[in-house]
Order: sequence, then C-alpha cells, then structure tokens
Amino acid sequence: MEIETDLRADAAVLRPAGRLTMVTAGELRARIDETVAGGHRVVVLDLADTTFMDSSGLGALVGGLRATRVAGGDLRLACAGAQVRTVLQLTTMDRVLRPYDTVEDALRAS
Amino acid sequence: MSRLLLLRVVATLTIVLGVNYVVWRWLESVNWSAWWIAVPLVLAETYSVVDVTLFGLTMWRARTRPAPPAPGPGLTVDVFVTTYDEPVDLVLRTAEAARDLRYPHRTWVLDDGARPELAAAAADAGVGYLVRTADWEGRNRHAKAGNLNNALFQTDGEFLVVLDADQIPDPELLHRTLGYFSDPQVALVQTPQYFTNVPEADPLGSQAPLFYGPIQQGKDGWNAAFFCGSNAVLRREALMQLGLVGYVRATDQAVREALRASRTVLARARRRADDPRVAAAVDEVSSAARSSLALLDAGEPLADVTYAFQRRVDEVSAAVVGTDVAAMRADLEAIGAWPVETDSELGAPVVDEEALARLTDREWSPLGALASVQALVRAVDVDRADEAQPVMPVATLSVTEDMATAMRLHALGWRTVYHHERLAHGLAPEDLGTMITQRLRWAQGTMQVFLQENPLRVPGLRFGQRLMYLATMWSYLSGFAAVVYLAAPIIFLCFGVLPVTAWTWDFFARFLPFQLASQVLFLVAARGIRTWRGQQYSLALFPVWIRATWTAAANVWFGRPLGFAVTPKVRQDGRGSWRLVLPQLVAMGALVVAAVVGIARWGLGYAPWVGTWVNLLWVAYDLVVLSVIVQALRYRGYTGAERMG
Repeated sequence: MEIETDLRADAAVLRPAGRLTMVTAGELRARIDETVAGGHRVVVLDLADTTFMDSSGLGALVGGLRATRVAGGDLRLACAGAQVRTVLQLTTMDRVLRPYDTVEDALRAS
Repeated sequence: MSRLLLLRVVATLTIVLGVNYVVWRWLESVNWSAWWIAVPLVLAETYSVVDVTLFGLTMWRARTRPAPPAPGPGLTVDVFVTTYDEPVDLVLRTAEAARDLRYPHRTWVLDDGARPELAAAAADAGVGYLVRTADWEGRNRHAKAGNLNNALFQTDGEFLVVLDADQIPDPELLHRTLGYFSDPQVALVQTPQYFTNVPEADPLGSQAPLFYGPIQQGKDGWNAAFFCGSNAVLRREALMQLGLVGYVRATDQAVREALRASRTVLARARRRADDPRVAAAVDEVSSAARSSLALLDAGEPLADVTYAFQRRVDEVSAAVVGTDVAAMRADLEAIGAWPVETDSELGAPVVDEEALARLTDREWSPLGALASVQALVRAVDVDRADEAQPVMPVATLSVTEDMATAMRLHALGWRTVYHHERLAHGLAPEDLGTMITQRLRWAQGTMQVFLQENPLRVPGLRFGQRLMYLATMWSYLSGFAAVVYLAAPIIFLCFGVLPVTAWTWDFFARFLPFQLASQVLFLVAARGIRTWRGQQYSLALFPVWIRATWTAAANVWFGRPLGFAVTPKVRQDGRGSWRLVLPQLVAMGALVVAAVVGIARWGLGYAPWVGTWVNLLWVAYDLVVLSVIVQALRYRGYTGAERMG
C-alpha cells in the first residue's frame, strides 16, 4: 500500500491509501515503528484515502498506538471515511482511538 | 404398412451398398500418391455415407400418427406470442389470432423490446402483456429462452403454446393438439412451420417439407421429435422439472469449476503472501476447497458441502480476527500498564469482547483482503447469483433454445409428439441476407448443443434418440464435405491429379448402385414432396455451415462471441447481397474454368476420356446445385399469389 509521509515539527502525518487489511496492515505497522524510531513521537494517521479496514487494520492502529505511547507520544486518527468509522464505532474502539475530522484538529488535540 | 416395409428395404439396401462402397474406397482405391486430395475426398465420402445411413435410420420408423383424442374440458393454457423488434401490427395480428383460439386459454404478448405502443395495443386487443422483471437488469438475458423463462414465472397454465410473432395460429390449434397430453408422459407437441409468403419455386429454400414431414415423423418414431421454437405446445410441469434439474446441474458444475479453479489462484496467492498469517489463511482455505471437492466427488449433497465450505472459511476468518483481537488487547493492556500521558476523558481503555466479535462479519472478513478467496466464497454457493432466475426451464445453453430443451426433456424420460398438420401460417425471410443470418443462427445453435451436450454421451437418452439428435447435428457438418466435392473435380480437370486410383469398372460397379439406392430412398421417403431445394441448399450454403461450426467451436471452447444477431422479419434492401455468397460465386467460376481446361487437356491428349467425362458430369452436377444461389440473388421478394409458379 502507498503511505505518504509528511514530517512536521510537532508530529508526523501518515497518509495510507487503499485498503487497510490483513495483507497491508503489516506495512503500516512497520512505517509507524520507523517514524517513532526516527524521533517522531506523535503520529497522525490521515485516513482520507483509506477505503476499507478489517480486524488486522484495526490491529495495526492499536499496535501503532502502543508504539507511540511507549515512546511517550500518541497516535491520532483524522478524516476517517464511513466504513472505517463504522468499524471503530461497532467495536467501541472509538473510545480508545478517537477519530478527528481534520488533521489540524488531531494535531491541536495535544 | 407396405410403405414402411418398402422404406426399410430401400434403407437397408442403401446402407449396405454405402458401406460396401466406402470400405472399398478406403482399402482399395485411395490414390495415396495424391493424398492431399485423396484423403479429404474419401473422408467426405465417408461423411456422406454416414449421413445417408442416419437418414435411413430416421426413416426406419417414420410414423403417421392417427388423429389425437379430443381434449377434455378444464385444461388451463397460456399462449405466448414472443417478440423482440417485429412491427406492432404484425405482432398484433398474431396475438389476435392467438386470442381467438377456440379452446379456453389466456394469451400473452412477450415483448422483449418493452415497447409502450405494443403494451397499449395488447391492452386494446384484450390480451396480456409481459416484459422482463427487474431481476433481469444487468444480467444475461438469454434472448428468446430468457423471454420464455421470464414469462413462465408470471403465468400458471398447465400447458403453454409458443408462437413466433409472425406465426398466425389456426383457431383449431389447441383442439387438435391438447388431446395428446392425455398421455401424462407427453411433454411436447410440435406442429409444422409453414410460410405463406413464399412462391412455388421457393428460391430461398424457406419451406422445409422434408424436415416438417418425413424427418420429424421419423424422429417421432424413435420418440425423438424435437421442439422447433414455435408452433408447439408444451407441458409446464415438464419444463419446470427441466428447470430444477438444470438448476442443480448448473450449480453443481459452477461449484466444482470454482473449486477446481481455486487451486491455481490460491497457489498464486500463497506465493505472493509475505505475511505468515496470510499464508496460513490461504493454506486453510486451500485445504477446505480440496476437501469440499472430494466430498462432492463422493456424492455428498451440494447444499451440505457448500454450507460446510462457507463455515470453514468463516472459521478461518474468525481465527484471523481472534489473533488480531488478542494482539490488540495485549497492546492496550500494555499501554494501560505504562504510566503514560493519557487523554483525561479516555480513562482506562475498556474493550468490549462482544463488540470485537463484530469484526468477523463476512463483509469485513480479513479474508476479503484476498480477492481470490472472496471470489471463491461467492462462487461456492447455491444461489446462482449471476442469473436473473435460479431456475431456467427453457434451456439457455445455446442460441437456439429449442433443440437443447427437447433433448433434455428426452433425457428425463419425457415423450414428444410431432403432429403433422399445418396449424399456423408464418412469414419467411424474403431476402438472401436475412435468410443466411437465420440459417447461420440455427446452425450455430445446433453446433453449440453438439459441442456442449453431445447426444452420444448425455445420460438418460435411448440409443435411437442419440442417433436422431446426432443425425441433425451431423447434417450441419456438410460444409466441409461440400468444399471437397467442389475442389476434387477442379483439381483433376486442371492438373490431372487423381484422388482415386482409377475410374474403372470396379469404381462404377460400387458407386452407381449406392448413388441410385440413396436417390430412391429420398424419393420413397419424400412421398412426392419436392426435396430438391433442400438438397441444393445443404451443399450451396457450405460457407454458412463452415462458419457456423467454426464460430460455435470458438464460442464453446474459447468463449468467443458468436456475432449473433436476431433475425429481422422485415425485408431489407437486397443491394450488394452478392457479397454474401462470394465463395459460392467464386466456386462456380472455378468450376466453369476447370471444365474448359479439362476439355482442352483431353482434346490435346493430356487427359484420359473416362476421367474427363466423369469429372465434367461432376462439375455439371455441382453447377446445377449451386445455381440456386443465382436464383436466390435474382429473387426480389414475395409479390403475391398471382405470380406464383
């Protein structure tokens, strides 16, 4: 999957495009880990181009949350589409990973 | 019965003489030094001997049925007038005649063109009007077979009559045919197709007096008279049984094909899988597919096997979700255990197990990430989602629904009847282009059935029925033999190449009696009706038969489209139609040139006189046969009874 990276002063914004599934979740996890290892403790996932997410995709988000928290940072979601929001709501994971409407909102939350 | 006895004597004689001739040809007289023409010729001759043998067997049981009993009261009948794009007034004329059939019934116009003006006209005429339901949108429409299948599920009569839009029925149609159905095994009564817009000379060979007569009567004797698409009465129950059996068979076939095909696609997915979890899931699904196929082969019911397969896939999916959820929980617990800065309203992360179980929902299944698996899961099911109706009573495997439907009815043990009485009067094509399109379509349809459901192998048919279906299909292979029969004399006259070892007494003593016997057989079988047109066209349309065989094979084996067109009933401008028969015109030219060259070679002493004269006679015969093409080109359409003859 294609993941666009935007490194800012206060955070890294990752923009995964396509379907976030069992096949692609590993790539996102690896990218988050690299970003954290590179010193960016706050990671914002811009999900505007993520069309679909399954349990493995959700697992990658939680794994990423853990990695950032361990490093003393945070992982935040922005611009999630309808399917991703539904998955988050139905699994009640939106209580752990709150989806923000825009990347700016997510950044401001800190 | 003396006629039947005579037929059998002549048929036996013809077959014996034919076998005698062709065996001698193979063993004693093939000129192997010119094998490139000698072998095709002996093959073509073998083809013809088989053809005449099958004709002889057809005539073996030619039966003239006594009049059927009068039908009892209270039978329910739906009369279907099928149309696609024929003019409204033409359809309406047929619909009104159908409405006025004497036996109580309901009449329906089946309009595949969904034309509002036809709907209004049908309402005015007091007949029903049916179009495709919404289920057909975006799915294969299956032409006329689909039209009939759609109507079958919107009506409920015990019997149904199928009429083409231009076949005007006689008011007695039902009274004369329904009586046959007092035999509960009878599924179909077919009556002849006869055309009123055809002059006595029938330049386009539209009437088929040999087929709608001796041939169908002969097939009837073997319980193999078949459905010809129009002017027929069918028993709904038989068609429905056909639909249900067909549904099970089609589903079984589709599921098996999907499971078999899955081996390669899953193997490819397995090679591409970087993630060990993906690889494991693919392995699981592969093993499920393998065992499902084994269960099907062991005769387990389709429903159980597909259900079990779906469940296995769901379990694999659930297992993947399970490991995901376990990992998530571990991650969250880890975060909870670490003294990290958290959002104040977040508190300790609480995750609801039940909520997480929703991730196994089939729509969100992690296996959905594997397109190959997803397609497989969809295919291994019994809902036939690709079709508008899971049950298709009228066969849809071919562009001509009729023969395939009849063959399947016979395979299920039903009886059919050929009732030899004109009870509908129709319109034939009036120009060469339309006629050729129509013949091509029939031939393609027949060859499609032949290649997909070979009558020699279809389970349930009796031996005689197999031969009768084979006879019809075999006759459409004549195009290849025709090319050889046209080429052989040209090659001899121009180049002196002999396909047989010699034109000697040995040859004539075997060839002539066989030819004579087969002509007598035709004469006795035809009983005075003129069959010459049919004989001419079976040779003269050789490019059509070859194209039909070729395109049907490409369609069945390689999925190529047939280039199929619905036959237009309205006369089109015939200009330039010589292009349609260019191969025949070229052949005629070549025959004439060959005759001139042959005479010159003989005159100059390069060629023996016997061979030359035999081949000149042969050329003359070919030219007389092909001359029908010239007549057809000169035909300008039907101008009425006063110019008949």
